[in-house]
Amino acid sequence: MFNIVEKRGWYFLFSALVIIPGLIAMAYSTAQFGSPVRLDVDFTGGSLFVLKFQEITSEDAIRAVFESQGLLDPSITRLGAPEERTWQVRTDFVTQEQSEALFDALEQQIGPVDRDASSVDSVSPAIGSEVTQAATIAVVAGAVVILAFIVFAFRRVPHAFRYGTCAIAAMVHDILVAMGFMSIMGLLRAWEVDALFLTAMLTVIGFSVQDTIVVFDRIRENIPKRRGEPFETIVNRSLLETLHRSLATQLNAIFVMVAILLFGGASIKQFIAVLLVGLISGTYSSIFNAVPLLVVWEKWSQRYALA
Amino acid sequence: MRDRTPYWFLFIIVLTALALWIDLPVQHPQWLNDLLLWQPQEARDNNRRLGLDPVRTHLGLDLQGGLQVLLEADLPPDQTLSEGAMETARQIIERRVNGLGLAEPLVQLQGERRIIVELPGVANPDEALALIRETGLLEFVNAGPSYIPPGTRVRTTYGTGEADTGPAEGAGTTTEVQATPTLTATTPITGSEGLTATETITPTEPALPLLETVMTGAALQDAQVVRNPRTGEIEVAFQIRPEKAAFFEEFTGSHINQYLCIVLDKVVISCPVIRNAIRENGVIQGQFTLAEARNLALQLRYGALPVPLRIETVRSIGATLGEDSIRKSIRAGIIGVLVVLSFMLIYYRFPGFLADLALIIYALLNLAVFKLLPVTMTLPGITGFLLSTGMAVDANILIFERMKEELRWGRSLRMAIEAGFDRAWTSIRDSNLSTIIISVILYWFGTNFGASAVKGFAITLILGVLISMFTAVIVTRTFLRLAFHWVQSWLEEHPWLLGV
Repeated sequence: MFNIVEKRGWYFLFSALVIIPGLIAMAYSTAQFGSPVRLDVDFTGGSLFVLKFQEITSEDAIRAVFESQGLLDPSITRLGAPEERTWQVRTDFVTQEQSEALFDALEQQIGPVDRDASSVDSVSPAIGSEVTQAATIAVVAGAVVILAFIVFAFRRVPHAFRYGTCAIAAMVHDILVAMGFMSIMGLLRAWEVDALFLTAMLTVIGFSVQDTIVVFDRIRENIPKRRGEPFETIVNRSLLETLHRSLATQLNAIFVMVAILLFGGASIKQFIAVLLVGLISGTYSSIFNAVPLLVVWEKWSQRYALA
Repeated sequence: MRDRTPYWFLFIIVLTALALWIDLPVQHPQWLNDLLLWQPQEARDNNRRLGLDPVRTHLGLDLQGGLQVLLEADLPPDQTLSEGAMETARQIIERRVNGLGLAEPLVQLQGERRIIVELPGVANPDEALALIRETGLLEFVNAGPSYIPPGTRVRTTYGTGEADTGPAEGAGTTTEVQATPTLTATTPITGSEGLTATETITPTEPALPLLETVMTGAALQDAQVVRNPRTGEIEVAFQIRPEKAAFFEEFTGSHINQYLCIVLDKVVISCPVIRNAIRENGVIQGQFTLAEARNLALQLRYGALPVPLRIETVRSIGATLGEDSIRKSIRAGIIGVLVVLSFMLIYYRFPGFLADLALIIYALLNLAVFKLLPVTMTLPGITGFLLSTGMAVDANILIFERMKEELRWGRSLRMAIEAGFDRAWTSIRDSNLSTIIISVILYWFGTNFGASAVKGFAITLILGVLISMFTAVIVTRTFLRLAFHWVQSWLEEHPWLLGV
């Protein structure tokens, strides 16, 4: 029988190699912007304008208009090809009056703005910090509830707490991978985290746990069936038995997401990219981290008991 | 053949046909409104009045463009709001927003100090914002001898051009001139008493009679809830500004036993009868509950919004941005689902074909539920739905992998089918439960912070998981059992059809 669990050292090493660059990016990003990932106006407060002009214009021209309205140091990026004439501008929180004055100034100094193809997103700093707080609570609550759920689901199996902890370890792995990815993209491509990113993270957590549960469930089923076998063999057998399912399911999710990534609208691409990275990490971590970790724990506790 | 399988099959066919009918983009009959009992009465009345399809696709702000505003009470955090003040403010904003004639405006309280307003499809966001923020117009209107029920929309002389001078500042003579046509015209309104449908008619509708504005809210000094020391009844006491007292005394003195309606933003909120001449202090009597009286006093005191409101967030999305998103998402979704369907067919062969049928039924049921509940479709919502199709096949994959194992261990086909479903069930249940838990947390977050994107994703994911448990388990099992019954020998002769 092919032994997956045996080579666990390599898998942990691989995970480390993926996670460490992300951690470095997060540390650098924290030093640079004050948070491990770039936060958008949902969290920091501020205003985000997407403006479609009727004529081709330049970053300097837009900057001049914003600064003339007292909005110093706007960050301006072009969206899509130059002929799309669409720009994204991020500023401090703008009141409604300021926003109207701004549109008037843009129309006077640059040219007509196609309002139907533009959007404004303004969040006051107070709301931003509340959202950040709530997001943290949501992620922590998610982790705690899932741990409780696993412990409950495995209550009849010896060492239920171990299963829960290993599943959480895999989950932390996936969060780090997804955050690291986002942090690196933030540094390279100025990707920003919005409220949807939280959705992506929690979905990744959900799927990660789902994968882990399927394997654990098989271990739970196999333990009483094969009393004579060592734990490691049972675990390995369970892994192999569920491998087809993990890969088939994963492939389906990947199909859907790649389709959205390639053919879907631009506004949702970052969200899907994070989801995709997280889901791949989720499958990897349940097979190559959560389950081998269970074996490591078993071995340690045996050694400890013998000593 | 197992006992109830044919009945299940029949049930599935009927359900699918119904779902298909609901999904089809045709005009559905209005009587469906009577069946959608879980929807609020207002929504169903609204459908009837505007002749909207009772089961239509509801598009969110990001897909059809529109405006979302989060308003917060602009008071120091330590200052407590008087009870019901926010609710009154919400009702006032809702009334104004209804005047825009949008299909699905939403005005909701969020927490204790916030109101969220969503106006999908609004054409001019700046204008709508101004409308929400304006301090409403409170008027005292001479209704003559006839009572006008609260809720009636009326036309008044103030600000309509017929009384350019503005009766609030104007002397008694200006208003006197306006009095004659107004008084005679009031009669048709009493005739239409209780007709709530008239509320939506715009003020310029010629059928609405013109009523004389006696004075505006500016003439009021204060108002408060009091208890009548003799009768113990709840009343609203008010004080007139000294400079208006003489005018008010003269008016009330000459209109005893006639009605003086209190009108907010051209809608009657109360219509008391004048009992005697009032100079500076008066009371409004009626069979008020405490809440009603408080509400009325607040509206009198603050003209309109009982609390000053500050804009905390504004999201305004252009209409064409949304159209583009819809087109692209639909294309991406179709491609993604087609790939999944072919994968299942190629990898699992015959059971894969049945799973594909189940997946199509899953999609039909899901879309029907979105229309029936209704679930407002947003871009993240569509993504949630597409992801849930992935999970819907996951349950089938778990079952089929199990079946293959059982077949390899030498079980008979029939045993393998049953074992596949029985053994895979705990995994399906546990993993779906964890997704539901996560979705509930997301929903909580989305609801509390106006992150409707997050909420939309969570709702479609929860629905998807629930419906997939039905289609992936019951529908596929029914199909497999029937197939086993009809084509058993054929399947046994061609094991590759089972992917073994």
